[in-house]
Amino acid sequence: MDNVALARLTMGTSLCFHIAFAVLGVGLPLLMAVAEGLWLRTKDAVWLKLARRWSKAFGILFAVGAVSGTVLSFELGLLWPRFMAFSGAIFGLPFSAEGFAFFLEAIFLGLYLYGWNRLSPVAHWLTSIPIAISGAASALFVVMANAWMNTPVGFRLGPDGRLLDVNPVAAALNPSTATEDPHMLVSAYVVTGFLVASVYAAGMLRGRVDSMHKRGLTLGMAMAGAAILLAGVTGDASARFVYQAQPAKFAAMEGLYETRRGAPLHLGGIPLDSEHRVVYGIEVPKALSLLAAFNPEAEVRGLDSFPVADRPNPILVHLSFDSMAGLGLLLGFLAALFWALTLRRRQVPDRRPLLGALVLAGPASVAVLEAGWFVTEFGRQPWVVYGILRTADAATTAPALGPTFGIFLVIYAGLAFTTARLLLLLAKRARAEEGEAGDRAARRRRVVS
Amino acid sequence: MTKPEVVAAILWLSLTAYAVLAGADFGGGLWDLLAIGPRAADQRQAIAEAMGPVWEANHVWLIFMIVGLFTAFPSTFGILALALYLPLTIAMTGIVLRGAAFAFRGHAQEAVGPLSPWGAIFGAASSITPFFLGTAAAAVVSGSIKVTGGRLASDFTAGWATPYGGLVGAFAVAICAYLAATYLTVETEGTPLEDDFRRRAIAAGLVSGVLGIAGLVLAPAAAPPLAQALFGRGLPLTVLALLNGPLALLAVWRSRPRLARIAVIAQVVFVLWAWAIGQWPYLLPTDVTIQGSAAPESTLSALLVVIAAGMALLLPSLWLLFRVFKARNPAVIL
Ligand code: HDD
Ligand code: HEM
Ligand code: HEM
Repeated sequence: MDNVALARLTMGTSLCFHIAFAVLGVGLPLLMAVAEGLWLRTKDAVWLKLARRWSKAFGILFAVGAVSGTVLSFELGLLWPRFMAFSGAIFGLPFSAEGFAFFLEAIFLGLYLYGWNRLSPVAHWLTSIPIAISGAASALFVVMANAWMNTPVGFRLGPDGRLLDVNPVAAALNPSTATEDPHMLVSAYVVTGFLVASVYAAGMLRGRVDSMHKRGLTLGMAMAGAAILLAGVTGDASARFVYQAQPAKFAAMEGLYETRRGAPLHLGGIPLDSEHRVVYGIEVPKALSLLAAFNPEAEVRGLDSFPVADRPNPILVHLSFDSMAGLGLLLGFLAALFWALTLRRRQVPDRRPLLGALVLAGPASVAVLEAGWFVTEFGRQPWVVYGILRTADAATTAPALGPTFGIFLVIYAGLAFTTARLLLLLAKRARAEEGEAGDRAARRRRVVS
Repeated sequence: MTKPEVVAAILWLSLTAYAVLAGADFGGGLWDLLAIGPRAADQRQAIAEAMGPVWEANHVWLIFMIVGLFTAFPSTFGILALALYLPLTIAMTGIVLRGAAFAFRGHAQEAVGPLSPWGAIFGAASSITPFFLGTAAAAVVSGSIKVTGGRLASDFTAGWATPYGGLVGAFAVAICAYLAATYLTVETEGTPLEDDFRRRAIAAGLVSGVLGIAGLVLAPAAAPPLAQALFGRGLPLTVLALLNGPLALLAVWRSRPRLARIAVIAQVVFVLWAWAIGQWPYLLPTDVTIQGSAAPESTLSALLVVIAAGMALLLPSLWLLFRVFKARNPAVIL
């Protein structure tokens, strides 16, 4: 593989890894703040138990998110030195603001995690609020940078290729920011909500149907349910914006080859360059034009209208898009079903098929998130800065990218494995301590050892 | 001062904060690896307690430096990333492993026992990172990174894969160990551990002193720009460092932990600023200047506004963090 391919592979892997932890960094603090706040109001110890358990897990998750994020900030330069030399002055501002958000998040997290015994209950609860705010802020800032890569504005290129009239504020507030930022933020809550719900649904399936599990499940589903609705709305806005701003990405998302009025929507199927059409898909006539422009006769540009060198890979982009939208809709139905049953019976449903589906919904929501990023990133190809700088011209010329990639694969695997193992052990220990299984004996054993 | 110089000075201040704060966290990892004797477990415990609440915040100074550098000096960032790909990649590996290992141990040790591989990884990664950051610094100070027409003109091993690079790397590790041991004498004041860490601080102080003087003596031959910096405009600070070094060691020796902590911090500050002031106005001696590689005025102004607003939130929060967790030692780390 050449350096460009290796750099893309390394960057993509690191981002996919980081984002899974980063979304929890956005969503979990909010859940912890809510649970601890409910405890302060109701003095019901179950809420406190939930907040404390989440904070333990979060200590590990945040650290893995932080170190993998550090890798990314190195990799931006190490893998793409020319991209950064070109873009740094334009889109560096949101990254710098993000730096402060990280600072605040890390500081208040230190206070939160280690301050249970040093701060008064109300002061302790108050420290959770800056964590939730700066977690969300860091996601918003970093996605501004990514949005600029999609719709680069805020500068002019002189005849000799020099940057002129750089306006970093206009760059941060580029047109894509208005659609990408909200969609990313609500997605973080979607994923956190479903993952938390998934954990408690799994517990209930194993017979632990107590008030802690029910409340954990309800809180998770409250977040997921509200957020998935907004994800649909913001995602729809994203798609309509991409139709205008990045027509090649849009054509690839839909697998549309020919420019036409009254374009059909393809559900599933595989776009084949050789046949200039989607095979094995379901075609819904005129639906694409309708969705993209609210007009069944609107014209949609097809891939064939772009030079071959300027086309993204339609197979990857179309399948990723359909996975996001399809699985996203399923998740929406599931949340609706859960809330319909809960509200009608005035209690948390405990039917096994439903719980089973909720267990699967957690990992599925992560898949939806990754698929969405595939749409954005693969759909922008072959450009790293859309229309300005090609990915192939941005990669480093340094040696040994292959071994670096291999080492990082091993590290990520080790981190994922250890994180999972530790979270399971933490849960087990918490159960032993809180006396669900032969509690006294367990406790005595701990004292002796 | 011009805007580029103001931003460069701010970035150098954050490097100083990173060295003084996170440097001690790396040193803590080294002492964790080297914990021996009847109180080994207690030593590890003291290190974990000292680092736990603060290491993630300390670590963000590095992130801030990276994003500040690529925002304000994008072309230099590109050159450094290319020229120092190998040492920085290794340092980054160390950072990941160190942070993850610490979190795994810190948050889960009670649940799963000693987590042995991660314990060793924690210590090893804590020394690899400062070592390779030190070699990268050697490449800069020795003027080995060559730039012509905006492109890197030297090769991928220039300046760091050298004996002098190794010397500076070792010096960086020793300084981290020195900082950590000195802070830990304050953290453990009045317990038997204090003496353990005092002896470690003396050892690390002697080693770093020897390496530092060797670096100074060899600089004219191995890193002429550094020699020019330290004996030129940086001379007053170089002299201060040379005078302060023995004093700091004496304070450690005589069991004056708080005084020793201030003196050791001062030592790091003198060394870093002797380098910075001496090297002014170059970012990469002798091909890249601060003025010549700065981002446009508009970017720098916006960046300064963000920094001012960010600091207004950050400084009170940091104060709170250290007040809550280091209140036992009101001489304060900052
Ligand atoms: C987990 C949550 C999730 C859910 C349920 C959805 N998405 Fe999404 N989508 C993402 C999570 C996501 C994301 C966080 O992964 C992306 C990547 C970049 C971004 O801003 O959000 C994304 C990107 C993204 C893009 C590309 C934006 C761009 O490149 O500028 C489009 C067009 C959509 N989405 C459209 C949709 C539609 C029509 C959905 C409804 C069914 C939908 N998304 C549900
Ligand atoms: C928010 C800020 C982000 C920035 C600044 C960013 C930046 C980049 C850069 C510089 C590349 C390499 C050039 C290229 O292939 O186009 C890249 C590729 C990639 N990124 Fe992003 N990215 C961001 C977010 C994400 C996230 C959160 C994901 C998570 C899943 C992601 C997934 C990918 C993938 C899969 C690639 C490889 C693309 C390919 O090979 O074609 N990106 N990104
Ligand atoms: C859209 C994608 C991204 C989102 C939503 C996101 C969000 C976050 C969040 C919330 C954190 C806090 C740590 C945690 O709880 O996990 C974090 C950490 C971090 N992220 Fe990302 N990030 C994204 C992509 C990136 C990219 C592309 C970079 C590269 C510059 C990056 C750099 C970092 C760094 C350096 C940290 C560590 C901060 C610390 O030490 O506290 N992130 N990210």
